[in-house]
Amino acid sequence: MPAARGEGPVEIVQIVGLGLLAGMLISLLRQHKPELAMQLSIAAGVMLFVLMMAKVLRVVEVMQSLATRAALEQAHMDTVLKIIGIAYIADFGAQVLSDAGEKAVATKVEMAGKIIIMLLAVPIILGVLDAILKLLE
Amino acid sequence: MDVQLLFRIAGVGIIVAVMATVLKQAGKDEQGQMVTLVGVLVVLMMVVTLLGKFFNLVKATFGMY
Repeated sequence: MPAARGEGPVEIVQIVGLGLLAGMLISLLRQHKPELAMQLSIAAGVMLFVLMMAKVLRVVEVMQSLATRAALEQAHMDTVLKIIGIAYIADFGAQVLSDAGEKAVATKVEMAGKIIIMLLAVPIILGVLDAILKLLE
Repeated sequence: MDVQLLFRIAGVGIIVAVMATVLKQAGKDEQGQMVTLVGVLVVLMMVVTLLGKFFNLVKATFGMY
């Protein structure tokens, strides 16, 4: 897949620039108003994530096409994608919280993400177990 | 989704910090607290809208409905 115009090298400069700028503004605000600094860091994090989301969408499309070529079950592929999404969101929340010094809440958010992921993965695990049992018979 | 929002939040933060300091120096601590609270709320509205958009984008990308 050839990169479109204005992507690749230009994009990384944009992202590093945005990150550095946000970092400077956050450290400026943190001395006076820590609560606003936290919100600014959330906004910067969301922006960097959103900049990457278009790329992630393309990676997902590639994964989907590979899955159809390998004749994987669509339901399993959907589960895997959902798990990736949940991991993204849970990790984002946990990192913002631990940045703000709320380690306890961050740990709980991470734990909730892990539990939801495990629940989603149960059908796949059962499928693997069934396949193994079939092989043993 | 642009850098404008970052500058807006940082601007609100700096203005609120300066106003709170000035009001504190003038001996009006309560008003300073109020200014801080309003600033946090204004920024919170922006951030919550942004977060909502972000969550919807992630949900659409990974088909999590």
